[in-house]
Amino acid sequence: MSHLRSIADLDRDRALGLLSLADSMAEINARPIPKVPALRGRTVVSLFFEDSTRTRLSFETAAKRLSADTMNFSVSTSSVNKGESLRDTIETITAMGVDAFVVRHKSTGVPWQISRWTDASIVNAGDGWHQHPTQALLDAFTIRRRLSVTGDFAGLHVAIVGDIKHSRVARSDVQLLTLLGAKVTLVAPASLLPPSLEGWGVEVSNSLDAVIDRIDVLYLLRMQMERQEQSLVPSLGEYSVRFGLTESRARRLQSHALVMHPGPMNRGVEIVVDPAELPGSAILDQVTNGVSVRMAVLFDLLGSGTGLHETSGGAL
Amino acid sequence: MSPNTSDAAPPDGGAFAVAAPKTVLTGEDIGRALRRMAHEIIERNHGLDAVVLVGIQRGGVWVAERLAAVIEAIESKKVPVGVLDATFHRDDIGMRPVQHGFASQIPVPLDGAIVVLVDDVLYTGRTVRAALEALNDYGRPKAVQLAVVVDRGHRELPIRPDYVGKNLPTSRIESVQVTPEMVTIVGGAG
Repeated sequence: MSHLRSIADLDRDRALGLLSLADSMAEINARPIPKVPALRGRTVVSLFFEDSTRTRLSFETAAKRLSADTMNFSVSTSSVNKGESLRDTIETITAMGVDAFVVRHKSTGVPWQISRWTDASIVNAGDGWHQHPTQALLDAFTIRRRLSVTGDFAGLHVAIVGDIKHSRVARSDVQLLTLLGAKVTLVAPASLLPPSLEGWGVEVSNSLDAVIDRIDVLYLLRMQMERQEQSLVPSLGEYSVRFGLTESRARRLQSHALVMHPGPMNRGVEIVVDPAELPGSAILDQVTNGVSVRMAVLFDLLGSGTGLHETSGGAL
Repeated sequence: MSPNTSDAAPPDGGAFAVAAPKTVLTGEDIGRALRRMAHEIIERNHGLDAVVLVGIQRGGVWVAERLAAVIEAIESKKVPVGVLDATFHRDDIGMRPVQHGFASQIPVPLDGAIVVLVDDVLYTGRTVRAALEALNDYGRPKAVQLAVVVDRGHRELPIRPDYVGKNLPTSRIESVQVTPEMVTIVGGAG
C-alpha cells in the first residue's frame, strides 16, 4: 500500500493488520517517553484546504511520535491566495522532498488527483462527502479495544445515526465495519439518506427508538446547522426529539453499549445528555486512539518495507 | 559434463545435500542450560534485588518466562518479567517487511533496575542494539545485561552476551531455530 485514500484501498487482512499495528502504537503512547525513531528522516506534509482541529493535530502528533518531520500548509497563509493552482502547489512542495501528504479538501477525489502529480504517499484526511478512512480505522480500533473484540466484528451491531447523505465519516465507517463483518443499521430521516444505498450492505431505519435497545454501538453523526436552512430537517429541535440521544434513550441502551461521535459535537442536537455522564461514552477514546491509528497508517506507508506481510527471516 | 547432470548437482551424484535440520540441543539440554544461566544471574547480581527479566519479542519471550520460573524454583522469589518490542527502533526500517502486533509490556518502572535482556538467538547484535535504545523510553536502568540461549557469532556491532546457553559456530547461510523443545540448524551444505 503506498496510499490510503479510501477504505477500498484495504482488504480485510490489511485492515486487521493496521489495527494490530495500532495496538503497538498505543503501547508506545503509554510509555514515559512516547516517541520512537522509526520514521527519522521522513517528511510528512499536512495539506488542509478545510478547517480541522483534531484531525490535523492528530496526524501531526502521530508523525512526531514516529520522529518524522512535519510541515504544515494552511490555505489562508499560502500562495493559493495569490492564485497558485493545486497542481503547482503540490509540485512545489514535492520538489522540496517530501514522503507523504495528508490531504483534506472539500472536493471529492482530490487525493486521487494529487497522487498523479507526486511520488509521495497520499493519506486522505477527508475529501468532500466521500471518504475519511483514518476516522473509520480509529472508530474500528476504539470498538475493538472497548468491547475487547478479538478477530473480526462478526456479531456486532452498529447503528449510525444522522446526516448520512453528507457524511464522509458514514461512508468510510460503513465500508470498514461491514468489511470486518459487523451488521450496520443507518438511522436517519429519508431527506438525510443518499438517493441509493445499493452495495452498502446495510439496513435502514427511520426510528432510533426501534433499534436503540438492540445495538452494541450507537454512532452519532454531527448535525450540520446549514441542513436546516436547506429544509432537510424541519427544525433542529424536532431532529433532536426523533434522533437525538436523550436521557430516556440513553437508559434503554444495553449496559455494554458504546456511544461514539466523530466530533465536533452539537450538544443539545444529536447529543442531549452530557457524554461525560454516559458510562458507555467512547468519544474521548476516539480522540486518543486517533493518534495511535494514524501512527500505524504512517508507519505502514513509510516504514514497513513491502507492507503488511510477515517476515520469513530468522532472528537477526 | 554429461547431459543429465545440471550445474548445481553435487559432485558425488547423490541427493543435493541441503539441510536436513540438524538438532544441536535437545529439550533437556536447553533445560540444563537455562538452570545454569539462572544460577549465574543470581550469583552475578548477589541475589535478585532490582532484577527484571525482559524478553525481546518474539523469540525471547518464552525464554524469559522459563528463566523466571527456574529462578523462582531456586530462590523462592518471584522476579518481574517484561516483554519488549524493538521493532520501531530497528536500523533496517523500510528495508524489509516488519512483524507487528506484539506490543511491549513492561510491568515495573525501570529506573534503577538491573535489566536482563533475554533473547533466543544472538547473531548480528542489531536487535539488541534496537532493544537497548527502546529500553531508554521506559527509564534509566542501573545496569543492562544480556542472556541468550544460543550465540551463533557473526556480530556486526560491539555487543557481547553476559549469559550464554550454547556457543554455536554457524555460517551465515544457515539459520538457527530455537524452540522450548530443541535447537536446530537449518540450511547450508549438509
